[in-house]
Amino acid sequence: MLLLGNEAIARGAIEAGIGVATCYPGTPSSEIPDTFFTLYQEAGFYFEYSTNEKVALEVASGAAISGVRSMCTMKHVGMNVASDALMTLAYLGVNAGMVVINADDPSLFSSQNEQDNRYYARLSALPMMEPTTAQEMKDMTVAAFDVSEKLKLPVILRTTTRLNHLRGSVTFGKRRPITSKGSFKKDPFHYVAIPAVSRNLHKILAEKYDQSLQLSEKSEYNRMTGTGKCGIVTNGVSMNYVQDAINDLGISDKVTLLRLGFSHPMPENLIVKFLKGVDKVLVVEELEPIMENEIRSIAQSKGIGIPIKGKGDNLFPQLFEFDPGLVRKTIASYFDVPDTSPQPVEVTDVPELPGRPPNLCAGCPHRAMYYAIKKVYGPDAIYPSDIGCYTLGVLPPLSMADIVICMGASVGSSCGIAAATDQKVVAFIGDSTFFHSGIPGLINAVHNKHKFTLVILDNGTTAMTGQQPHPGVDTEPMGVDTTQISIESVVRGVGVEHVEVVNPLQVKKAVAAAQASKDFDGISVIISKELCPLYARAIKKARKVRPFYVNQDKCTHRLDCINYLACPAMYLDDGKTMINENLCIGCAVCAQVCPENAILPLKN
Amino acid sequence: METKRIVFVGVGGQGNLLATRLLGEACLAAGIPAVVSEIHGMAQRGGIVESALVMGDATSPIVSEGEADILVGFEPLETLRALNKCNQDTVIIVNVHPLPPFTVAIGQGVYPDVDKALETIRNAVSSLIALDGDELAAKAGNPLSLNMVMVGALIGSKSIPLDGDVLKDTISKTTKQAFLDSNLKAFDFGIAAAHSPLDPSKSGIKS
Ligand SMILES: Cc1ncc(C[n+]2csc(CCOP(=O)(O)OP(=O)(O)O)c2C)c(N)n1
Ligand code: SF4
Ligand code: SF4
Repeated sequence: MLLLGNEAIARGAIEAGIGVATCYPGTPSSEIPDTFFTLYQEAGFYFEYSTNEKVALEVASGAAISGVRSMCTMKHVGMNVASDALMTLAYLGVNAGMVVINADDPSLFSSQNEQDNRYYARLSALPMMEPTTAQEMKDMTVAAFDVSEKLKLPVILRTTTRLNHLRGSVTFGKRRPITSKGSFKKDPFHYVAIPAVSRNLHKILAEKYDQSLQLSEKSEYNRMTGTGKCGIVTNGVSMNYVQDAINDLGISDKVTLLRLGFSHPMPENLIVKFLKGVDKVLVVEELEPIMENEIRSIAQSKGIGIPIKGKGDNLFPQLFEFDPGLVRKTIASYFDVPDTSPQPVEVTDVPELPGRPPNLCAGCPHRAMYYAIKKVYGPDAIYPSDIGCYTLGVLPPLSMADIVICMGASVGSSCGIAAATDQKVVAFIGDSTFFHSGIPGLINAVHNKHKFTLVILDNGTTAMTGQQPHPGVDTEPMGVDTTQISIESVVRGVGVEHVEVVNPLQVKKAVAAAQASKDFDGISVIISKELCPLYARAIKKARKVRPFYVNQDKCTHRLDCINYLACPAMYLDDGKTMINENLCIGCAVCAQVCPENAILPLKN
Repeated sequence: METKRIVFVGVGGQGNLLATRLLGEACLAAGIPAVVSEIHGMAQRGGIVESALVMGDATSPIVSEGEADILVGFEPLETLRALNKCNQDTVIIVNVHPLPPFTVAIGQGVYPDVDKALETIRNAVSSLIALDGDELAAKAGNPLSLNMVMVGALIGSKSIPLDGDVLKDTISKTTKQAFLDSNLKAFDFGIAAAHSPLDPSKSGIKS
């Protein structure tokens, strides 16, 4: 069966008999929890979309300490959020297998940075495993649970975007029965991390590290193949590129290949054996030179002086992902073998091509709110923003994002800008992001009396990552029993006095709310409440409406609709403003923006 | 077996991910090793969608510059943009129906002349198969069956070792009953179009 890498991981977790799965979504990891969400009730394990990654990790650790196998999934930057819990959980350890799925994103396909989370294994002293194929994503997940149980430590399974989003053939294995209930056994001198306890726990972790090293030395995922004098070391997705390059270049008899799948701790003895059999080494790893540096250090301590190269010196770049051609060419030049890569076509007569950036959808309520705020605050106010669909508002003509750091930072950074300048500040945050990490910032703003406006873009879902529920969502239509939390109550509850809830599609009211926030001296919140229309369609709550058209007799070509809204359903044809009726969802915002009342619903 | 590297480019909503997945399934059914790669995320928001299918013994899921054996372009501008994936032996299959991006719609940038673009492509590679996929999909009774037209054209081009029957079988297994007829028809139209493609110099399409 052809499975998405993420589906293969979910299958592996089920074969391993997980009892509890938690997550906060994030590309490229989201299809793992989304697969759990469709399966968990029938399969009989517990699953939740948690409020953020730290909470997700804590929930999973509570379960694993209580003797229930658990999994927690997140994207790489999620690990930053979860890391406070992770560092000390490593001290406490677990009683049943616990696997943390960490999805890195080299080349930043959909992330704010491309940090290399292999460092987290080093920081926490936890074992890390890195699969190479869809089949291994399943098999290694099962194996990671066994390693975790042997060591009584959580294991980090690290993937990269290309692995999460490849589809490959996967043969299923046997399912272990699911155990979803365990029991917590009191042992405060092991589980209460006060200094006196933790000093001892740190010693235990050091012993467990030595045991993991032994497992790594013997792991079937750390293999050496071939007997040639050209040494290559690789991990993860790069293993595919290396194997294909060796075949394409026809050099399998010249190469000794060391593949590290149980990649932390690195198997020292195996590496020494490898180094002793080769003349020079090329390390093929995306992002940071982690294996390269550690292998060099092992070589140095054993007095082995052969060249060990990876990054720099016309070899591999430290930024962005690799591809098969890059790996083939670099191997060919480093080991001085003829390269057989085909040459890309050279075309000189291609005109400059227009870009096709992603855009807020036609009828997106975020666009309507941006219009209202900009109408009142103008282009000079400072607009800190956050992470979600609404970040696309950075593009002209909206240009409604001036600073984005990480989830939740819209609120905190606004406090700083408001404190350090006399500029007007209006921050934007999505509903899922507000629950994830916006609330502490808002409490800070209230408590420390910062003066700015926070617009919470409540579209009723986590749109960017695939419409997952969050604490503010009514999950009854999904057949899930949760308690829905009102954003308005939270905002009022932390002490914000000026709060307005508006439907951004009602332009006059939205503009009035923006004006009132501007006139208020203090922290104010506008909750912009309207479902994402794609989500509304998915849960069958979309209203039936007629698309709009531009009455050419009335249109005076002031182009307010294009210059201030720029809904992608609009286009210019020979100077005439037109609406593509197949794209228009009839939100009626442009009709309210048009000063000539030239935009009208189509009659059927 | 010999490796075939196929790149698919299109725009969100055209269904190229589904087409790639379908071909991957068909490969497995035919006993050919295959790996598919997808880039998720921006499809809904009108962005570019690229996917790849690597058939045969290679295990790398992606295709480097100059290394596509076949480029299946669901849209002319995106096909032009993906020319860097091609070498002079690449077979290019292109739907000539333009979908101007929003930047063009609001006057930032100009959509290239389609006839000239096809000319450029034809001069760059050994084999170009041009078809009006949108028209054929509409004729099949479902505009959303464009992806089946393009899969049909790929099979009809005989550039990969998969035959129509395996594909039809896979389509039948994976398509909802309501769309099955139009999908199979679209697939057949695609095969036929590959056998008698448009003459690019006379596509008659202006953008
Ligand atoms: C720490 C962290 N976790 C996860 C993500 C991935 N991510 C990006 S945006 C987003 C959620 C956006 O939801 P919301 O705030 O409701 O905005 P919407 O997309 O619905 O407009 C997530 C989970 C991230 N960037 N950082
Ligand atoms: S998916 Fe929903 S929230 Fe995201 S841009 Fe489209 S309409 Fe807006
Ligand atoms: S009514 Fe106007 S703003 Fe709304 S979707 Fe249609 S064209 Fe876009």
